[in-house]
Amino acid sequence: TKYGSERKRKKLIGNSQTEQLYGHCLQFYGQPPIENISLSEFETFAVDRLKLLKTVENLGVSYVKTSELYTKKLDAEFSNLNFPYKIEQHQDISLEVKKRRKDHISHFILRLAYCQTEDLRRWFIQQEIDLFRYRFNHLPSKNIREFLQYNNLHYHTISIDKKKNLMDKLVTSSFAVSGSTVDCQDFYKVPFQDALDLVRTRKVYLNGGYVYIPHQDIVTIVLNDFRTRLSKALALTARSLPAVQSDERLQPLLNHLSHAYVGQDYSIQKSIGKISLEQIDPLSAKSYPLCMRQLHRGLRDSHHLRHGGRMQYGLFLKGIGLTLDQALQFWRSEFVKGKVDADKFDKAYAYSIRHMFGKEGKRTDYTPYSCMKVILSNPPSQGDQHGCPFRHSDPELLKQKLQSYKVSPSGISQILELVKGMHYQLACQKYFELTHSVRTDSGFSLNHPNQYFMESQKLLGGPGAGVKVEVKREDNPATKPPNPSPHQTPGPGNLPQEVAAEITEDLDSFFQDA
Amino acid sequence: MTTADYDQASLPDLLPLYYRRLFPFSQYHRWLNYGGVTKNYFQNREFSFTLKDDIYVRYQSFSTQNELEKEMQKMNPYKIDIGAVYSHRPNQHNTVKSGSFQALEKELVFDIDMTDYDDVRSCCSGADICPKCWTLMTIAIRILDRALRDDFGFRHCLWVYSGRRGVHCWVCDEAARKLSVVARSAVAEYLSLVKGGDETVRKVVLSDPIHPFITESLTVVERYFSQYALLGQDILGSKEAVDKVLALLPEDILFLCYFQTEKNPEMRWDTLRSMAQDKRTTAKKGHYFEMEIMLQYCYPRLDVNVSKGVNHLLKSPFSVHPKTGRISVPIDLRELDRFDPFEVPTISLICEELDQPKTEEEQEDTMENENKKEAGERRKMRDYKRTSLAKYVKLFDNFLEGMAHSRKGEVLKNSQKHFPPPECQNETFDRPMYQCL
Repeated sequence: TKYGSERKRKKLIGNSQTEQLYGHCLQFYGQPPIENISLSEFETFAVDRLKLLKTVENLGVSYVKTSELYTKKLDAEFSNLNFPYKIEQHQDISLEVKKRRKDHISHFILRLAYCQTEDLRRWFIQQEIDLFRYRFNHLPSKNIREFLQYNNLHYHTISIDKKKNLMDKLVTSSFAVSGSTVDCQDFYKVPFQDALDLVRTRKVYLNGGYVYIPHQDIVTIVLNDFRTRLSKALALTARSLPAVQSDERLQPLLNHLSHAYVGQDYSIQKSIGKISLEQIDPLSAKSYPLCMRQLHRGLRDSHHLRHGGRMQYGLFLKGIGLTLDQALQFWRSEFVKGKVDADKFDKAYAYSIRHMFGKEGKRTDYTPYSCMKVILSNPPSQGDQHGCPFRHSDPELLKQKLQSYKVSPSGISQILELVKGMHYQLACQKYFELTHSVRTDSGFSLNHPNQYFMESQKLLGGPGAGVKVEVKREDNPATKPPNPSPHQTPGPGNLPQEVAAEITEDLDSFFQDA
Repeated sequence: MTTADYDQASLPDLLPLYYRRLFPFSQYHRWLNYGGVTKNYFQNREFSFTLKDDIYVRYQSFSTQNELEKEMQKMNPYKIDIGAVYSHRPNQHNTVKSGSFQALEKELVFDIDMTDYDDVRSCCSGADICPKCWTLMTIAIRILDRALRDDFGFRHCLWVYSGRRGVHCWVCDEAARKLSVVARSAVAEYLSLVKGGDETVRKVVLSDPIHPFITESLTVVERYFSQYALLGQDILGSKEAVDKVLALLPEDILFLCYFQTEKNPEMRWDTLRSMAQDKRTTAKKGHYFEMEIMLQYCYPRLDVNVSKGVNHLLKSPFSVHPKTGRISVPIDLRELDRFDPFEVPTISLICEELDQPKTEEEQEDTMENENKKEAGERRKMRDYKRTSLAKYVKLFDNFLEGMAHSRKGEVLKNSQKHFPPPECQNETFDRPMYQCL
């Protein structure tokens, strides 16, 4: 496939080109790829990079970025997903080139998926920066020099004499710079506009509009450059997106990626029918994530929910195991207490509930919303109860709500810190830990409200625990209800046309509201 | 005596006179046109006017100096603000596709307001100022101007009296005008040392290492501290004042005992200093509380939000302050210590001066200039020249000359085939005429 504003041209990749593109372990992603790849490689590359970026995000909040544990875990992920991360002495160059190619192509695919909204762009840039920083810091100095040169970052070093003259000023400007730093390292003269973080925090010597940076800190500068370039590139990509989206092979995949998470989709439940309606109220207090607790509360209080809320909560209820009949009974009994009589309910609302269960219209079985979907699409407006409280609620109101749910003050601060850093799912995970008095290990990555519910029920030994079914949506597009087989793995190129059409329809359901 | 009595009610009569015969339109246009280097720079600049009865109009823009003059003479604005240079003419912004109308460039600006120092000045509060607390502005200008020049390399900083209780700085270098929001905020943060609102007692916190910027700023503060703080503000005089200072000290500094025995404020301060130095040699971490005190009482307090926004509107130089009648005039940094805000001409004064007969000196002057300009221009020049406004317009002229000189230097530099390496590039081309200390 070709994409972006690149013309669809076939081009043979010769060795010289590979050498140029993939001669360095690290790149700025200045040039888009111009080769043909298969649809399945397209998807695999993209999904793998997404997994990598999500790992970068999670590890970045759980561990200090310079710690050994962080390094070990991230290296392991690089290895597992076959991405380049370090230069080894006697490595097989062809294997390395494969990794770099994957790195290159996957980055550009994700640009397509993540350029569309401010939120998506911000997330993508943040993770790519963290990824870049990690890899840059692990480059040996010779490669750093090469990298700077190759990318036209002509930051000049100052003479030894000048260094001597400035010794005092250089040492008092930065905690990290000592007399020996000045003696032993090169110092670069960089325009202050390229080093704003250092200027803002006054951690550098500034004179005549230039900052003087030791070699060890040149990464900050390079990162700023990277951030600027990527930001601009994403804006440009967003503009050429309509052309890309008109390609029907790509549209569903790209939409899928920007809302994807990596995990179960909770469309199949073995605990169907194991929950009775009377249990819902206590369950909502014990095992619901905050978003669903809020929706349930809203429903009980006003005997009504708007469309967005009905979809989010209704699908969640399906996911925890309610049958269609139970769902109908649940919603009707509540709505009838309000302004809706039984007749009106049957006419107007029952249809959409049956639709959710796949018993009407296209008869597609809709899947409960993942955290990504809740956070990134359809933000709530006045009068709405849906969305993610960590993302969409005013922090003051969120704090009050947590206080009313008896979360400890220190716990609330931790949650609010995570919210401030825009780590909404991690905030929810912290909420889980606090309300269940447990610590989750780093393997628990909260991605889905139904996952929250199941994990909670497992801990409490409740009826909703069910049995985990390994249905990985991204890797197994060919597996759809009614009979999932847990061990199907995709291979490259095993996507026949009919299956592709199924994916399209299935993914479309993500975006169609009843 | 130099300021005729000003009454806000007379503005409707004074403003037309001011805008017809005194406002330096030619210089004003010369400034905002920036040598015509960038196309439509003047045309795409936003102005906002506050008219009589508080009517506020935004997105004013003008094609030529003449248009600006005519409009101002027609509307007689009470206040004039200058905004950003946009992507399109601001007065046509409604015709532009939404999202395309963007603020592109603007001078980097700073606004120092005396009310932000209310917690550390005892002589006045709120909108009031007096010669005693005005020293704070002097200190602010010295510190910030030095930093903008030496640290950031900006050369064209126009300092202006706001007309009532503060000063503004307009950094007009090309590099400054092109700064992004993030960059402006970084510059403002670099220059900020006093942090915290009403709930924060200790607003300045220093730790090792002490950055050269802080050292330089302290050097300035030290020059004024004794006269301004110890004597003028009497910060170690009354028990109440001393308590405030003590609140900034660590508990184990037993200063209160000395308070009883020593009455001389300078002696008290010396004692405090030596106590701080003793503590520094014995304790493991650096204790800089005497420096923190000096900075908390004297260091400039800027509003980061004013500096951050590219589209932020700021009061224009040479506009009138409706409450005081004073003109927002440029401040001569060569004479900074002698600047007296109460001597700044009011609109009523200069209008009055217009009617006074010319002195001999002025008559000679005008005969020289008769040959050079057209009648209208001549008359205008004569007019402001015989008022107290003259010296401020001259100051502005010097400033503009300095910028023009820089622009010539840039053109020469760019036409050279071989660039000297950055190391050797010292400021040889530009001699700022509008100098500072």
